[in-house]
Amino acid sequence: MLALEMYRSPAKYLAAKAVGGRIPGILTGPAAPLRLVTINEPKADRDGWARIRPILSGICGSDLGMVTGSTKLYFSAMVSMPFVPGHEVVGELLDDCEDLPKGTRVVMDSVLTCAARGVEPCVGCSSGNTNRCDRITVGHVAPGLQTGFCHDTGGGWGNVMVAHRSQLYAVPDGLSDERAVLTEPLACAVHTALKAKVEPGQSVLVSGAGAVGLFATLALRELTQAGRITVVAKHARQRELARAFGASDVVAPDEVFRGVRRATGAFRLTPEMGREFLLGGVDVAVDAVGSKDSIDTVLRVTKAGGRVVLSGMPSTGADLSPVWFRELELTGTYASALAEPNDKPAFETALEIAAKAPLDGIVGARYPLYRWREALDHAQSAGRLGTVKVAFDVRAS
Amino acid sequence: MDDRTPPLLVHNGEGFLLERFPLGTRVVYPPEALPPVRDVEEAIQNALLNPLESEPLPELLRPGMRLTIAFDDISLPLPPMKKPDIRQRIIEAVLTMAADAGVDDVELISANALHRRLTPNELREIVGERVFRSFFPDGKLYNFDAEDTENLTHLGQTKHGEDVEISKRAAESDLLVYVNVNLVAMDGGHKSTSIGLASYKSLKHHHNSHTMIHSRSFMDHKASKMHHSAWRMGAVLTEHVKVFQIETTLNNDIFGGPLEFLQKREWEWSIKDQAAMLAAKRGLDLAPAKMRHRIFTDVRSNYGLTGIHAGKIEPVHEKTIENVHRQHLVEVQGQSDVAIMGVPFVGPYNVNSVMNPILAACMGLGYYFNSYRGNPVVRKDGAVILYHPVDYEFSQLHHPSYVDFFEEVLSESTDPATIEAKFEKQYAEDPWYIHLYRTSYAYHGVHPFYMWYWISHALDHCGDIVWVGANRKAVERMGFRSASTLQDALEMVSHSVGRSPSITYLHNPPHLLADVR
Ligand SMILES: [Zn+2]
Ligand SMILES: [Zn+2]
Repeated sequence: MLALEMYRSPAKYLAAKAVGGRIPGILTGPAAPLRLVTINEPKADRDGWARIRPILSGICGSDLGMVTGSTKLYFSAMVSMPFVPGHEVVGELLDDCEDLPKGTRVVMDSVLTCAARGVEPCVGCSSGNTNRCDRITVGHVAPGLQTGFCHDTGGGWGNVMVAHRSQLYAVPDGLSDERAVLTEPLACAVHTALKAKVEPGQSVLVSGAGAVGLFATLALRELTQAGRITVVAKHARQRELARAFGASDVVAPDEVFRGVRRATGAFRLTPEMGREFLLGGVDVAVDAVGSKDSIDTVLRVTKAGGRVVLSGMPSTGADLSPVWFRELELTGTYASALAEPNDKPAFETALEIAAKAPLDGIVGARYPLYRWREALDHAQSAGRLGTVKVAFDVRAS
Repeated sequence: MDDRTPPLLVHNGEGFLLERFPLGTRVVYPPEALPPVRDVEEAIQNALLNPLESEPLPELLRPGMRLTIAFDDISLPLPPMKKPDIRQRIIEAVLTMAADAGVDDVELISANALHRRLTPNELREIVGERVFRSFFPDGKLYNFDAEDTENLTHLGQTKHGEDVEISKRAAESDLLVYVNVNLVAMDGGHKSTSIGLASYKSLKHHHNSHTMIHSRSFMDHKASKMHHSAWRMGAVLTEHVKVFQIETTLNNDIFGGPLEFLQKREWEWSIKDQAAMLAAKRGLDLAPAKMRHRIFTDVRSNYGLTGIHAGKIEPVHEKTIENVHRQHLVEVQGQSDVAIMGVPFVGPYNVNSVMNPILAACMGLGYYFNSYRGNPVVRKDGAVILYHPVDYEFSQLHHPSYVDFFEEVLSESTDPATIEAKFEKQYAEDPWYIHLYRTSYAYHGVHPFYMWYWISHALDHCGDIVWVGANRKAVERMGFRSASTLQDALEMVSHSVGRSPSITYLHNPPHLLADVR
């Protein structure tokens, strides 16, 4: 089968990154960590496992991070090389999978939990917090925190992959592939929105209007009774979508302090050294960027005792003084869980949202696998180009 | 305007230009400066001793009483007056009479309503060194604070249910003396105390889009809804407080010295005027922005006193209006399709500061557009063409809420009623703006809304509003269009006013009040 394969370890790859510069250079050069190859199909010879033929497969920020080498080394112990990336998948079952007959359209929770690995459930899994599974490197599946980072399972960027019944959700008939492929990132957003524990009327800041930020905004509007939701967006199309997805106001990155101060009636101070901050501010802030700048900002505009949720993979070097001085509650959200505070799997909620939210056109570009360099380049510049999600059209490959 | 007419001077922010208008353009010049009162001291004494419908001031003064003197703030006159300020002379005269009568409980309040506080230096410029030194250090000379709830008194409601809430000190005084400067017909009368010393709670009854859109014009207090409301409040106020109103009117003698040519008609320019104009223009064109700014903020005007009247508010104000009209009224025959106006460097709300885009719009479309009696100079659905650079420039010190208003409110809507409903309360009650208004030198958070409401009549009346030579982005954010030249502007408005529209150029400033028949 044809697949895109990540074949250089991120650790080795970091050196290439230092030389390589911007992504197109990396992707077209010999140092590219990704290649299009013909490899053997992954096997589905254990109970509960079945083969899937991906239809559409999204490109996620974490995929880009992996490919461009900006992902933390933290992850290098939890992947098994080489692997086929792709964890935002809508596909078709090629085999019967327990109660799901062959031919069912499915989406997949990519976390490879105890259930998929055939081991006794860990504390996380047994409490339904499947995203906190501690056994992601053991069992009968090669190490890999998720499908798409694991040698044995294949991933969405290949013609065939395998998945365990515990990961799968049938796609309702009325739901298009373009919407279904968004289920995984929507589920993450559902998880983030619920984890943000926004109380009725509370003000929220979402920093970032890429897919993560926009979906978080959507989920916050759908699942909480948040008051004012302020979204930080750089590009015109992002601003438009943020509003369509429920933002009360949208501010540019250099207007965050002013915008939040205004929205919340806070006091704005500028210390002699260092960046300004607010006394007062939003009740809850969600960082959906992960950059030092964005994290610094959300910490500085959250009111004392408020909550900051890191939803994007954070970079280092943020100034934590506000966490101390303002007694902030700092938390992260990773993937999504089987048991969410609203008493159902995040994926079920995500499928409901996918069915009714204004998501047409969100998959803004589809590429066959062999045009992967273009696809990744497009995904890297998606915000600027007005695209939210770039996907591989795997069947066209 | 015919083919012998020289190019005409047009004010354009901190600078001016010479523009050739299309043949047939009607130019409305402000009237010549009236001859001033010769002996100002005598006129003041005369007004205080022979007031209208009131006992002479000395008879109102007695030992042990509370006397409060309120005076117009820095927004008047424009540009500021050469020393000594007329307010200083009057206050000194009032204080002398008070001292003679043995009054020792005296406080002086700058009636700045929701305007920014004046700095100590600015207060000193108005009241003069002697008064400043005797009252300021003891806290007896201060800015009114509309957010100091402990020091406000609710006097009641008008029959329209409007709250009258003013300075507690003023409300509890045995006598409130108001010292006014009337530059334009809008000021004075019940607008002095009922607005200058009032809180937001009181002001919001007339400073709103509905009232302001229906005020035709602000320069005619009998046709202005805002003034009707102020007059109703004045009635409630004067039931409780004894007010001795002192109003003054000034002539049009604004630009002296090297800028004298600015107030002459171009064809009357002598060789010396032309040389001065060219020197000034070249100097300004070459000067760095900072210096240009300085040159203009340092302008102090001569002004001659044309009248001073004291006593009961209404009769005093009638006299004031007479004098203002005597100086400013210009008869204009019929409306035109297009009105052209240059917006100068200073308006009431950017003294010693910068004219931000909202203030520029307010100066042109609030002040000048509304400077009519009867009908606007431009016909319904006609076009207004304005000159001002409209730089994206805000004073964070003086206009913090303006920046936010410009960025947040105007990007959402430019419709006065919509923004009033959606944003006004929030801006008015924002604790940070209140903090800056009370402790720094910031206009109240709600102030930009008032500026915008003020232009709502122009927005409603005009078909097209085009700015010449202005920052395109700033102008578009406000819902207007920009053109690089007058020709382009006329081209842009031609779809609504045709290719050979009738044009009137209002040669402001000095100020004029167009009596359109
Ligand atoms: Zn992802
Ligand atoms: Zn587990």
